[in-house]
Amino acid sequence: MATDIKSMSLSGRKIDVSEKEMTFKEKMYVFAIAKGMGITLRHFFKPKVTIMYPEQKREFSPVYRGRHILMRDENGAERCTACGLCALACPAEAITMTSAERKKGEENLYREEKYASVYEINMLRCIFCGLCEEACPKEAIFLTEDMVSSDFKREGFIYGKDKLVMPLEDKIH
Amino acid sequence: MPTVTIDGVSVEVEAGTTILNAARKIGGDLVPPAMCYYSKLKGSGGKCRVCLVEISKGSAGNPNPMPKLQASCCTPIADGMEVKNMTSAKVQDMRKGVVEFLLINHPLDCPICDQAGECDLQNLGFEYGVAKTRYEEERRTFDKIDIGDKIQLHMTRCILCYRCTYVADQLTDKRVHGIMNRGDAAEISTYIQNAVENEMSGNMIDVCPVGALTDKTFRFKSRVWFLKPFDAHRDCSKCCGKVTVWTFGKEIYRVTARKDVYHEVESNEDGTPAYICNECRFEKKDVNDWKIEGPRKFEKFSVINQGNYTRKMQRVEIDTDPRLLFGRTEDRKAISMNGTNFDIPEKKLSDGK
Repeated sequence: MATDIKSMSLSGRKIDVSEKEMTFKEKMYVFAIAKGMGITLRHFFKPKVTIMYPEQKREFSPVYRGRHILMRDENGAERCTACGLCALACPAEAITMTSAERKKGEENLYREEKYASVYEINMLRCIFCGLCEEACPKEAIFLTEDMVSSDFKREGFIYGKDKLVMPLEDKIH
Repeated sequence: MPTVTIDGVSVEVEAGTTILNAARKIGGDLVPPAMCYYSKLKGSGGKCRVCLVEISKGSAGNPNPMPKLQASCCTPIADGMEVKNMTSAKVQDMRKGVVEFLLINHPLDCPICDQAGECDLQNLGFEYGVAKTRYEEERRTFDKIDIGDKIQLHMTRCILCYRCTYVADQLTDKRVHGIMNRGDAAEISTYIQNAVENEMSGNMIDVCPVGALTDKTFRFKSRVWFLKPFDAHRDCSKCCGKVTVWTFGKEIYRVTARKDVYHEVESNEDGTPAYICNECRFEKKDVNDWKIEGPRKFEKFSVINQGNYTRKMQRVEIDTDPRLLFGRTEDRKAISMNGTNFDIPEKKLSDGK
């Protein structure tokens, strides 16, 4: 059944516009204005839907996935060994890293003999799917409940280790 | 020529061929895996036991099955022999056990190891290994020894396949390293602190099935699946000069020999193995040193294929009403595609049902 493309309605809600002329009563617009004012007035007495962020915060789902964190272990050493599995799993290709070898005397800083000297996540590319968290064999990367804050520049969304690594005072005891 | 049947597939091979080589002549899934056997090294094989197969019929003259599983890499075939590999439950069960034994002392530091992604033991563990270890004791550890500035030795990862000692024996004129001690204390060592610096010694990196011997110039530089491998060659006076270069952008991160489907070094046209010298492997890290031939292909399941866009992409046909894809003329004109000739209909919109 080939119908003309012009008469087809994709949404099923297509209606033809009538070109009926308005009556004098309709042309005065008095009743239409009163009706509109009535709708506005009714909204004064309805509960407010606005949430006054940041004083007031919406409750997150328990499985909410926000910005990433690179964990430290119980001694405060970084867990990440730059194995690259998070970058491999990342469907948006948002993660890059450079690894380096741990030197003598840095055992308290890095857990394994290899560590990530550079670890960057492009938050503009990231889709917060959590596959990096799932791929990580060292339980080093997790997605937190924090949101990625806004910025004026694109460069501000490339999070390096300075923003991603868990602060030392937060380490799990 | 004697005929041997492996997993129901018959093949004619020369007398004296091993079962493993007969299976490799057929190719495909029925080839037993091998960790220690290396067809290009004389005397290798018989140590790792992962290639054990069931011989259900000894030969045409003596049709009795062999009572025990046999190592296919060093058992010669006999006429009329029938071998079961993938079809034998006994072999599969045994191989699972052998992999578990190989992994007993293996540190499982794949996230750190440079061999990860192209490691034979990793592939084997993925195929046969159990997901959890049952080993509770301490894994063996060794004193770290330095065997030179080009090759890194991780003795804890070694599975004692002896391939590297055969390389040193057969490729270099003066062997300075070997296996010391016995049993679970056996280790690769240079005995007297002596750097391994023979011109062909770098091949032990390619030959090592695990990450025990790795390239120090590539140590922790990148993971293999982030690099793009290309076949390349150069004129080298010491070796054939045919290599695979592993690049990231325009930088060469490492150079290896070209490896075939069994992860062995490929052969030259004259049949000799295409080993490469240390100068090609460690010192020529500039793109201008090499003539790039083209991207290197890997087996389908390899992680190295990640991000590989060399394959020809299939054009996807969307199975829907062609008019929906085509759109109305006024809409198509509204899209900023200046210079597009809308009068020519698209190719795949043949039948407008």
